[in-house]
Amino acid sequence: MAAVMPAPAASRLLMSGNEAVSRAVWESGTKVCAGYPGTPATEMLEQLSTYPDLYTEWSVNEKVSLEVAIGASMMGARAFCAMKHVGLNVAADPLMTVTLTGAEGGLVIAVADDVGMSSSQNEQDSRFYARFAHVPILEPADSQEAYDMARYAFELSEEYQVPVILRLTARICHVKGLVKVGERVAHPPKGFTKNAERWVMVPGHAKRRIPLMLAREQELKRLSDKTPLNVLEPGSDRRVAFVTSGPAYMHVRESFPDAPVLKLGLSYPWPLEKVAALAEMADTLVVVEEVEPLLETELKAAGFSVHGKDFLPRIGELAPEVLAPAVEKLLRKESAPAPEAAQGVLANAPPLFPRPPTLCASCPHMGIYYTLSQLKNLTIAGDIGCYTLGAGHPWNSLDSTICMGASMGVALGMDKGRGEADKNKKILAVIGDSTFMHMGMQGLLDITWNRGNVTILLLDNGTVGMTGGQNTPANGRDIRGQSAPRIDFPRLVEALGVKKERIHVIDPYQLPVLFKTVRDETKIDDVSVIITNRPCVLIEEFKPFRPYVVQEEKCTGCGNCVEVGCPAIHVTRRDRVVKASGKEVDLAFTRIDSVACTGCGLCVQPCAPEAIVHFAPAGQVIPVVPA
Amino acid sequence: MPNTTNILVCGIGGQGVMTATEILSEAAIAEGHDVKKTEVAGMSQRGGVVTSHLRFGPKVLSPQIAPGTADVLLGFEAAEALRWSHYLKPGAMALVNDARLVPPVVELGLFKYPDDPIGEMKSRGVRTVSFDAATIARDLGDLRLGNTVMLGAIADQLPFSAEVLLDCIVKRFARKGEQVVEMNRKAFAAGREAAQAAVPA
Repeated sequence: MAAVMPAPAASRLLMSGNEAVSRAVWESGTKVCAGYPGTPATEMLEQLSTYPDLYTEWSVNEKVSLEVAIGASMMGARAFCAMKHVGLNVAADPLMTVTLTGAEGGLVIAVADDVGMSSSQNEQDSRFYARFAHVPILEPADSQEAYDMARYAFELSEEYQVPVILRLTARICHVKGLVKVGERVAHPPKGFTKNAERWVMVPGHAKRRIPLMLAREQELKRLSDKTPLNVLEPGSDRRVAFVTSGPAYMHVRESFPDAPVLKLGLSYPWPLEKVAALAEMADTLVVVEEVEPLLETELKAAGFSVHGKDFLPRIGELAPEVLAPAVEKLLRKESAPAPEAAQGVLANAPPLFPRPPTLCASCPHMGIYYTLSQLKNLTIAGDIGCYTLGAGHPWNSLDSTICMGASMGVALGMDKGRGEADKNKKILAVIGDSTFMHMGMQGLLDITWNRGNVTILLLDNGTVGMTGGQNTPANGRDIRGQSAPRIDFPRLVEALGVKKERIHVIDPYQLPVLFKTVRDETKIDDVSVIITNRPCVLIEEFKPFRPYVVQEEKCTGCGNCVEVGCPAIHVTRRDRVVKASGKEVDLAFTRIDSVACTGCGLCVQPCAPEAIVHFAPAGQVIPVVPA
Repeated sequence: MPNTTNILVCGIGGQGVMTATEILSEAAIAEGHDVKKTEVAGMSQRGGVVTSHLRFGPKVLSPQIAPGTADVLLGFEAAEALRWSHYLKPGAMALVNDARLVPPVVELGLFKYPDDPIGEMKSRGVRTVSFDAATIARDLGDLRLGNTVMLGAIADQLPFSAEVLLDCIVKRFARKGEQVVEMNRKAFAAGREAAQAAVPA
C-alpha cells in the first residue's frame, strides 16, 4: 500500500481495533514492523505499511517476523510484530528465548485470536503463551483501549526490558469504534551494546538469565495490583461479582450494569490484592473469559472460590445473550426465579440452506479440484489457504488439513505409513504459493531427501488469497507494492531436489493438460511438482475474459457444467427422464450469470452438447471450440 | 442498553454490506452518537454470508446485537433477510432487496432455496418492506447505485433525519464529481420512495 497522510492528532476517528493498534504503533516511534497475513490480524501490518517513517514487511512466516522484531529491539529500536493465534505457535520458538534475553527497544507482539473460528483451523487461547514465556499480556476491550494499550505496551516493554504480548480477538480486530488519536513521537534507536551473556543464549548464559526472568515476573505481579489498567469497579448489585478481560468485559457490563467488576487490562500477571478485594463484594464470584478457563484455574489454585466454565461455554465467543441467561440461571439456584429473556419477533432462526464460502468464478484453483474430483484412487493432503475450499462441494477433494505447510510432511507420512490397503493409492499434496514459502519448502526438502513418492500441486496464484490479496515473494512486490525480487518456483523446487523432468508449469484453465499431467505424474514412483500459473481473480494481474452464455436450445440438462462448481452457473430448470435402459436420470438445465462470469472457459470443456458459447449481441453467436 | 439503536445489515460477500454500514455509522457519528460497528464475515469474500452490526447511542458497550433486539434489518438479499429476521424485535421493520442469489450448494441439488423468502417473513409476522434495488439502480443508469438505493430505503427508519444520511453519502462521493453525486441523490430518493410505497398499511 502507498503511504498516505495520517490523520492529525486529536482527531476522533472510527477505527477497527487493528487500525487503532497500527496508529498507536506509528505514534510510538516504532522503527520496524513485521508480520505474516492471517485473519483476524492482517490489517495491522497492512495499515502500518501506509504510514510514513517506519519500516514494514510481510515476512515469509511468523517466526521470521518475530526474529526481525527481536533484531530491531536489540539495536534499541522499537519493534512490533503481528500475527494470528496459530502464527504464534510458529513464532513460539524465538518467543521462548527472547523472554530470557529481554527487550532493549520496546518489543510488542500483537496476537489476534480467532475466537469463534471465522477463518482458522483451530481455536486457541494465546493467553497461555504469557504464562509459558513469563511475559506480560495486555487485553483491550475495544478500539480505544487497543490504541491506548498498544502505546503503553512499548513503555512497559522498555521499563521492564520484557517482550509484551498484546492479545486481541476477532471482536477487537474487526470492530470499529471511535478513537481519539495523538502525535507521533520519535524514538531514535539507542544503538546495540555487545553483551554475549545477555544476547548469546548458550546454556551457561541462559541459566543466569532464568532467575532474572522469574524476578521480573514477580515485579510485574506487583505492578498488576497498582496499574490503572486493572480496574476494580464497585457496584450496587451485589448478587454476583465478575473478573473479566478483553471484549468479555463489554458483555459483562452490558448484561450486569451495576455488578462489581474487576476488569483486567494487564491480565497476566493478574492482581492478587484486587481479586481478594473483589471477592469481599459478593458471595458469588464469576470469571468471564474467552476461551479457556485459564484465570479461573489460577484463581482456584490461589484459593478463591469461583465459577466460570462450569456454566459458561468453552467454545466460541461470549455475548450478552449467552452470558446474561447463564448467570441468571446460576443465581437462580440460590435465589428467586429470574424473569424470562426478551423475545424477538421470531423465537428461533428460520431453517435455511447454508451459504458456505466457495471458490470465485474463474478461480484458478477450480479446474484443479474439478480434475482431482474426476480422478480415482487419490489420497490428497491439503493445506491452509483459499484452496482449502476444495474440501467442500462439489469437489470434496481434500483428505486432510492440519496447519500451514503440513501438506508436505503429511503426504510423505502417508506414503511411508501406507499398508496393504493403500498400496495402490496415489498420494498428492496441494499447497499454495505463499503457504509453500511460509513453511512448505522444508517439507518438500524432506520429501526429496527421504525419497518419498508424492505428487505436489503447487498452486501459484501470485498472492496470499484468503486474507485479501497480500503481496508475496511469488509476485515480485513488497508490502508497499514496490518492486522486489521474484522467486522462481521451478528453479526453487529443482534446488530442493526435485528432478527437472518431474517439474511442470501448466495453465490451470486447460483441463485436458491438467488431467493428463496429474494422471501421468501420479503413475511415476518419484517426487513430482506441478505448478499452476494463473493469478488470483481478486488481484490486479487478473484480466477478465469475455463472458460465456448457455444456448438454451442446445442445453441437454446433462449438468456437467454444474459439477465444475462455478458460482456463476445457475440451474434454471430440473427434470427427471427415464432412459431406454430403464435408468432414471436427473437433468439440470443451466444459465450463466454474465455479470459474474469472467470467461475462464472451464465450464465450456465438459459441456457435452457444446451449448456454452461466448456472450455476444443477438444474431452474432460465436461458437467456441473447447480450449 | 436502553437508548441504543441496533441496526442489522445482511447480505453476501461483495454486495456492499460493509460499506453501507460504514456510511450509516458516519451518519450516527455526525449526530453525536457513540458508535460500534462489527462484522461477522468469515470468509465472506468467497460468497459467504455477511452480517454487519451497527449499534449507536450515548454509550455503546457490547458491539454485538443480540437476537430479538434489532430495531431495523436492512437485507441485501431475500433469503439472507429471512435468515436473520429472528434478530428483529417485535414490531421492528425489515427493508429487503428482493434479489435472489442462489449459491452453488443449492444449484448442486444439495439444498433448497425457499420459494418465497419475503412471503415467509411476512407470514411469520415480520413487518417486511421489499423492493427491487437492482432494477431501480439499472433504471437510473448504473447497477452500482444499488447500495445507495438500499440506504435510501432505510433512511426513514432511523432516529435522525434522512438528510443526515444523505449528507454522508454526498461527502463520500464528492471527490468523484457533481454528476456522480447527483446520481447518488437520485438513487437515495428512489430508494426512499420505493420503501415508502411498499410500507404495509
